[in-house]
Amino acid sequence: MNWIIDIGTNTLTKVVGIGRAFLMLTGALIAFPQWKNVRLTIKQIYVVGVQSLLIIMVSGLFIGMVMALQGYTILVDYGAEGSLGPMVSLSLLRELGPVVTGLLFAGRAGSALTAEIGLMKATEQLSSLEMMAVDPLRRIVAPRMWAGVIAMPMLALIFSAIGILGGHLVGVEWLGVDSGSYWSIMQATVEWDKDVVNGVIKSIVFAIVVTWIAIFKGYDAIPTSEGISLATTQTVVLSSLAVLGLDFVLTALMFGIN
Amino acid sequence: MNDNLVEIQNITFSRSERLIYDDISISIPKGKITAIMGPSGIGKTTMLRLIGGQLKPDKGDITFAGKSIPAMSRSTLYQTRKSMSMLFQSGALFTDMSVFDNVAFALREHTQLSESVIETLVLLKLEAVGLRGAAQLLPSELSGGMARRAALARAIALDPELIMYDEPFAGQDPISMGVLVKLIRSLSEALSVTSIVVTHDVNEVLDIADYVYILANQKVIGYGTAQQIKQSDSPLVQQFLQGQADGPVPFHYPAPTLQAQLLGEDK
Repeated sequence: MNWIIDIGTNTLTKVVGIGRAFLMLTGALIAFPQWKNVRLTIKQIYVVGVQSLLIIMVSGLFIGMVMALQGYTILVDYGAEGSLGPMVSLSLLRELGPVVTGLLFAGRAGSALTAEIGLMKATEQLSSLEMMAVDPLRRIVAPRMWAGVIAMPMLALIFSAIGILGGHLVGVEWLGVDSGSYWSIMQATVEWDKDVVNGVIKSIVFAIVVTWIAIFKGYDAIPTSEGISLATTQTVVLSSLAVLGLDFVLTALMFGIN
Repeated sequence: MNDNLVEIQNITFSRSERLIYDDISISIPKGKITAIMGPSGIGKTTMLRLIGGQLKPDKGDITFAGKSIPAMSRSTLYQTRKSMSMLFQSGALFTDMSVFDNVAFALREHTQLSESVIETLVLLKLEAVGLRGAAQLLPSELSGGMARRAALARAIALDPELIMYDEPFAGQDPISMGVLVKLIRSLSEALSVTSIVVTHDVNEVLDIADYVYILANQKVIGYGTAQQIKQSDSPLVQQFLQGQADGPVPFHYPAPTLQAQLLGEDK
């Protein structure tokens, strides 16, 4: 009979956890419209966004280069190497840009957010904020939440842009695809609302989920070194799975049903 | 008029099915130093968190200046917390800010004072704890005793009515301990602030406390002035004051008998 009790207990714990996560998110989102928080949010955009730029740009460059290399070897057999531009750009804008940025953001910024907030909890900084009549949801959680939501879509766009340039470098400069056809067919094929906007919507959804998981896991961490280590791992694992799972759902909604 | 700033009335509190307090009452008189003592793990810090409204009792009431803390709305509670402050055991200084900014934090958050006034106030608070010279240091550059003094300067930044000290002497060398004892006493006298000192350092606290409560076994086992406590004939109180390993407060955590456990009789 114990296993039935265990299932019940675990389910209740998970449901309570989800409830707490929603309460935290609500508290954080309501807390935004304050001038002091804008300054803190800008600082956090620098921390989670600007400091993630290098890894995003380098990854975008290499992924664009690899895609051009792989795409060229297949397309050239059919004499369709002129379609390299749209292939690279559509893959990046629709899928790889938001998804890989989401995964990198979870690893680079998400884990840092969890560890930072978890350590603040362990060293009683969150408690001391509460006792100084400063709401940690407003002071700590809200700026980080908004910073993630603002920074990640921008990072995804930068990732895609650099990837397209990487594809150009390999496809046009090294493999000899015509530069005019690379850009012009891309321009003719890529649609603003269907491809670019849908990609941005995806990255906004991933940004909300990844930042939310990262902050909540830190806020809810058991305040010991083991607890923070576990919370950081959970952030990366859960965020990555959430990004991949949600990507399928969003792709089905955006492109699957005509 | 009630002379008690904080009244803890018949509270019962348990955590994860473990009973911490069983129907206990404590009064904290205004402008005095009240010590709450007891063995480790008895829930002394929990008491401060209950007073600060970070936890809610299962039963009973806690009032601050006549208003019930557990019944307060979130916004009223945050408003009330501006009149109280807490010195955490770890200091809990914000590690990304200098000592100066840590002390200025509450002033910047809760007042509209100009930066020059804030600077004057912060320097005065730091002077009071002897750390004016360390204003620009980061918390990581402070010794344990200095960190606690910096946290004390931060705790008095808004001139609170109540300061709660959570184990202020834990892990301090004799000089730091002496400094902290002197500071708690002088701050209490100079600012007429009400102080609650939670500790198990008997000798230090008996020197400065006006009133003492001793907690053990989920109850208040002794109460009175420092002198009355020293002369108490309660075996529980004497065990605690004299640091005896076993007695009414048992040495062993509750368990089946060793014989029963080794022979598997408890299964």
